Amino acid sequence: MKARVTVTLKSGILDPQGKAIEGALKSLGVDGVASVRQGKVFDIELAATDKAKAEAALKAAADKLLANTVIENYRVEVLS
Amino acid sequence: MKSAVLVFPGINRERDMARALKLASGNETSMVWHAETALPKGTDLVVVPGGFSYGDYLRCGAIAARAPVMDAVRDFAASGGLVLGVCNGFQILCESGLLPGVLMRNAGLKFVCRDVHMRVERSDTPFTRGYNAGQVIRVPVAHGEGNYEADEETLKRLEGDGRVLYRYCSPEGVVDEASNFNGAAHSIAGIVNERGNVLGMMPHPENHVEEIMGCTDGRGLFAGLVQQFEKAA
Repeated sequence: MKARVTVTLKSGILDPQGKAIEGALKSLGVDGVASVRQGKVFDIELAATDKAKAEAALKAAADKLLANTVIENYRVEVLS
Repeated sequence: MKSAVLVFPGINRERDMARALKLASGNETSMVWHAETALPKGTDLVVVPGGFSYGDYLRCGAIAARAPVMDAVRDFAASGGLVLGVCNGFQILCESGLLPGVLMRNAGLKFVCRDVHMRVERSDTPFTRGYNAGQVIRVPVAHGEGNYEADEETLKRLEGDGRVLYRYCSPEGVVDEASNFNGAAHSIAGIVNERGNVLGMMPHPENHVEEIMGCTDGRGLFAGLVQQFEKAA
């Protein structure tokens, strides 16, 4: 079973890397970029075949390690 | 004073730390591998040193914070034992939940490696008793993620309870924007937990303890810790 966990910074948390990327996009002449926030994507393969169990495992993974919930939000998706 | 220095893969300041501790206390320091589940018997002080544990993968300190030895450190801190985290050690303590907040990428996005000044905010703690309140000391920093951030509520509590022990400042002791080189909230260089027995700080006092290093301003921190245990004994 394939799954994806997306970790993003909470709104209001300063993101200097996102700001730098935003600046680089503007200097490259990419039009219409209002703002950039940087995050992380984890593609995870699970042995589980039960969707609910898989989601529970992914949630545990995100809470325990993948995200620092002081500053980050996460989203769990079971893809197939 | 019996101290234990934790060693994680990718840590590189553990020997500097052990040397500074030995210089101050006269005792050998135990080096404790991350896979251990217990601290050496009779440990007075646990130090989480600086470096790049696990290559700073995922987030600085994130993986080390979940190592087996950290459960023992949590128990040690819960029973009132003193814990000092420097640089990556500060990041590990934040990630492990022993300290509030988080260390974000430096505001200027650059790794900063130079001497900075910090002001000792109070002298009535085990981690600052070797200094006078208001004293300015010169210490080296070497980090890319030392920009301390926490939510407003946490910052208010830290300030209200006097838990900011060290703050970046000018050589004259003025806390201003120019001396806050990494953009830390309230120019925070070091904080303690609610109980006051766990300190995390970004600068490296262990690298300013001998004449040959060009400065000995870091000695006070270690001398103060040693005094703390002499007093207790």
